[in-house]
Amino acid sequence: MALVTTTKGDMDDSLLERKDGSLDNDIETTTWTEYWLDGELVHRSVHVTLKTSPALFAEAASF
Amino acid sequence: MSIVQGQTTSFKYQLFQGTQNFTTDTFYMALYNGNANLNLTTTAYSSTNEITGTGYTAGGKALTGVTLNYDATNSVVYVNFDGLTWNPANFTTRCALIYNSSRANTSVAVIDFGADKSCTNTFTVTMPGNTYSTALIRSA
Repeated sequence: MALVTTTKGDMDDSLLERKDGSLDNDIETTTWTEYWLDGELVHRSVHVTLKTSPALFAEAASF
Repeated sequence: MSIVQGQTTSFKYQLFQGTQNFTTDTFYMALYNGNANLNLTTTAYSSTNEITGTGYTAGGKALTGVTLNYDATNSVVYVNFDGLTWNPANFTTRCALIYNSSRANTSVAVIDFGADKSCTNTFTVTMPGNTYSTALIRSA
């Protein structure tokens, strides 16, 4: 048993339906956790993990 | 809308001017919606199309844990930050701008999340690994 912060206040997770998801692309990996109460979304947490971004490349002139 | 990820051109120019200092300056991450025009020509923070919602304050959050490193073997200088968490968080965001609040809010980099991220409780951003090949800001 755990309490979940929802749009309707803190609720016991046993009363809620949990759904997890993820998305992965070149930019980031995103995971999310949703809790639903009687067909209504009452909690959604999102976690974005950034991947590397384009570097700034500097090149000295050759002689 | 135009959202293009990368280090902004003005940031690169200011690096050569010596007007961006990762050892002393304060940097922020601001969040924007999908109507934002953030790209490599963005020169400074703007509140236009910045998100609103529970738990979010205009201007975003200060980035902490700034680390400036170099890898002598691979000739790369790199900067990374600690991650950020908004909680409570009831908003939708599509992209972010890192900017330097110590230098007239000049832009540093645009981050494109690729799609809207909607949350009602918590929004967390974790930075890439703090290495010469993965850090968020790298110069080679």
